Amino acid sequence: MIEFQAVTKRFDDGTVAVDELNLTVDPGRITVFVGPSGCGKTTSLRMINRMIDATSGAILVDGKDVRQSDPPLLRRGIGYVIQQAGLFPHRTVLDNVATVPVLAGWSRAKARKRAAELLETVGLPATMAGRYPAQLSGGQQQRVGVARALAVDPPVLLMDEPFSAVDPVVREDLQNELLRLQGELDKTIVFVTHDIDEAIKLGDKVAVFRTGGILAQYDKPSELLARPADDFVSNFVGRDRGYRALGFLTASGLTVGEIASVQLGDTAGDARRKLSDGWIVVVDERRHPCGWLSADRLSGVDENATVDADLVMSGGSLYDTEHGSLRSALDSALSSPSAHGVAVNGGGELVGSITADEVLRALAAARTSGEVPQ
Amino acid sequence: MNLLTSWLFDPANWSGSTGVPARLVEHLWYTALALVIAVVIGFPLGAMVGHTKRGGFVLVGAANVLRALPTVGVLTLVVLLAGIGLIPPIAALTLLAIPPIMAGAYAGIGAVEPVVVDAARGVGMTEREILFQVEIPNAMPLIFGGVRSAALQVVATATIAAYVGLGGFGRYVFDGLALHDYPQMAGGAILVAVLAVLVELVLTGVQRLVVSPGLRPVRTSGGIQR
Amino acid sequence: MTWVFDHLGLLGDLTVTHVYLSVLPVVIGLIIAIPLGWAASRWRPARAILLTVSGLLYTIPSLALIVILPALISTKTLDPVNVIITLTVYTIALLVRSIADALSSVPPTIVAAATAIGYRPLKRFVGVEFPLAIPVVVAGLRVAMVSNISLVSVGALIGIAGYGQLFTNGFQLQFVTEIVTGIVATLVLALIADLVLQLIGRLVTPWTRVGR
Repeated sequence: MIEFQAVTKRFDDGTVAVDELNLTVDPGRITVFVGPSGCGKTTSLRMINRMIDATSGAILVDGKDVRQSDPPLLRRGIGYVIQQAGLFPHRTVLDNVATVPVLAGWSRAKARKRAAELLETVGLPATMAGRYPAQLSGGQQQRVGVARALAVDPPVLLMDEPFSAVDPVVREDLQNELLRLQGELDKTIVFVTHDIDEAIKLGDKVAVFRTGGILAQYDKPSELLARPADDFVSNFVGRDRGYRALGFLTASGLTVGEIASVQLGDTAGDARRKLSDGWIVVVDERRHPCGWLSADRLSGVDENATVDADLVMSGGSLYDTEHGSLRSALDSALSSPSAHGVAVNGGGELVGSITADEVLRALAAARTSGEVPQ
Repeated sequence: MNLLTSWLFDPANWSGSTGVPARLVEHLWYTALALVIAVVIGFPLGAMVGHTKRGGFVLVGAANVLRALPTVGVLTLVVLLAGIGLIPPIAALTLLAIPPIMAGAYAGIGAVEPVVVDAARGVGMTEREILFQVEIPNAMPLIFGGVRSAALQVVATATIAAYVGLGGFGRYVFDGLALHDYPQMAGGAILVAVLAVLVELVLTGVQRLVVSPGLRPVRTSGGIQR
Repeated sequence: MTWVFDHLGLLGDLTVTHVYLSVLPVVIGLIIAIPLGWAASRWRPARAILLTVSGLLYTIPSLALIVILPALISTKTLDPVNVIITLTVYTIALLVRSIADALSSVPPTIVAAATAIGYRPLKRFVGVEFPLAIPVVVAGLRVAMVSNISLVSVGALIGIAGYGQLFTNGFQLQFVTEIVTGIVATLVLALIADLVLQLIGRLVTPWTRVGR
């Protein structure tokens, strides 16, 4: 557990970076510090491992004031991941990961063995071990950065905008990877970002800071979206917060409708006969949806022609009835060319259709039952 | 300290054709002559290679060989081949000055941002205009750095002209050595040292004038990460 | 060529002296310049002072310093120590700037990462910052080495041993072969020294040669 007690940081030039911060980070959870630049989120993070010392107040890690610890020893017990990974360019991937164990006095052989295990944990092939950081992609470097931070299995992990320098696709991979890892490791993670979407996706709790180092709100992401404390938070959370809040509502009350389907390899005639409202879903032999066919699309196609990938029109997002939220249900309906969202089960098999009207009906039901604030 | 200053502060040594002012003129004359010739030869070569980006490897190799060439060896060799006179020291000093000038021009022009050159080409400049209006002004810090470093080496080394019978401050060093007159030797050495420092200061001032203010290193204030 | 073969013994002696007079200052200079460069990269006032002083020292002509030193430190006029001290001073003047610049150019994120995972300052310097500065340091060493080799020849004019003696002697005897031999020997020595330094530089920095 990490506890900030009335922590203030005033720099030599007089700027107050953090102002009387009181905050308790839950153990075994991901806590995200988010806010615009200059809001003191990074300063707050760096005070935990004494990269910066607080001007007043106290920070306790496991009940012990960090100022009572020798900074290097304190830091070796806290994992740290930074933007662009901060890998040592002159050491191989393996030796980068082995750095902290060696500093902690492990033998080199033992440290390297541990490092090799960790590379596997973060999803890097063993062939990467002998490479230098410059030979890795940004996403791979960041994985090595995470492995290095985990090397001596510290209970606390500090992450300072770790994914901000990689492209959006890789960033999403890394975020999912972090959530998967956290599911296995249960670390106490403090994560700094300026990206509110990242905060909401990763955080068990999110602390929104405002310029001047003031904590504006500290809450669960769903609460942040549903009940922003003030105009600053609601502006920062953004215009789409109503829509994003749907992401925290389970779609259990949703009724999935019938849907017409045809399998790849069937004939165009079959498809034409089964059309419903002029549309039909095409599935593969495992019943996974692969797209849509419409009456327009089928017009002029020979009755005996086979339905193949070339003929199929690509569809929208899929709605997973077992894990999906109202947001993903609504998105599947809005992004579908037929206005019917495609619903699948946990195994990805087609189970039915969903409409935007149905999602709104479920939302109204959730409001009356008190799940969503009026 | 008397050993160092007794000859230097003797007014008798400050007048006449062997006096300090006369030797200063000779020393500066050798320096200037060698520098001008070196600029005429080295600058166009460096600029051409920097602009065309062709032959950089050969140019750097040639500059390295010239740098390693022992100046005293060149000096004595040219004397034996061409006889005593102004030619041997000027040849030796010119060869000394060419590498830094050439390398400065090459590195400076080669390091001008490709986007800047691209933009110049895009607004319709000819290759000649690109070289003179864009590349050379932008490369000025490194070009001038090369000239400055050449000038310092030549001022220091012009001392050796006296070894083959010419004048300059080196005269005092070699005359003092021959006459076992240490104060004279030391006086000559101090004069060379003072002259070198003065030349450095003057060139630093000149550099301020010839380099565009837009190219001065920017000191960002408060940019250090806290 | 016959002259060269007849005087291999002399050439060997001169080579030993020349190498000794030019290499020793580079070694001593490096050892002294590392802590100075480190100080210059760490504290702004130290940087201002060290770089100004080394700039000034670098400006003073070597021949002048070799001549003036005996009066300053009471050595004999033709003592090789004067040459070694002078060239050491040059090496330091040159390297302090390269080392300071090289250390300052180590990316702050890497230094921060090292601090954050628990390096103490000295260990961080030895394990992270200095290794990353090596390519620039080696470039500085190469310049110092080549310039020392040619400066030792200048010393011959006032009686210091080394290849320079081939020039002064050849000049007095009007003997072209001896001078050409000296020039070639100096070039070869400079080339070999440069290659050795490059090779060492490559061996200790394998990470600089990896492609993506």
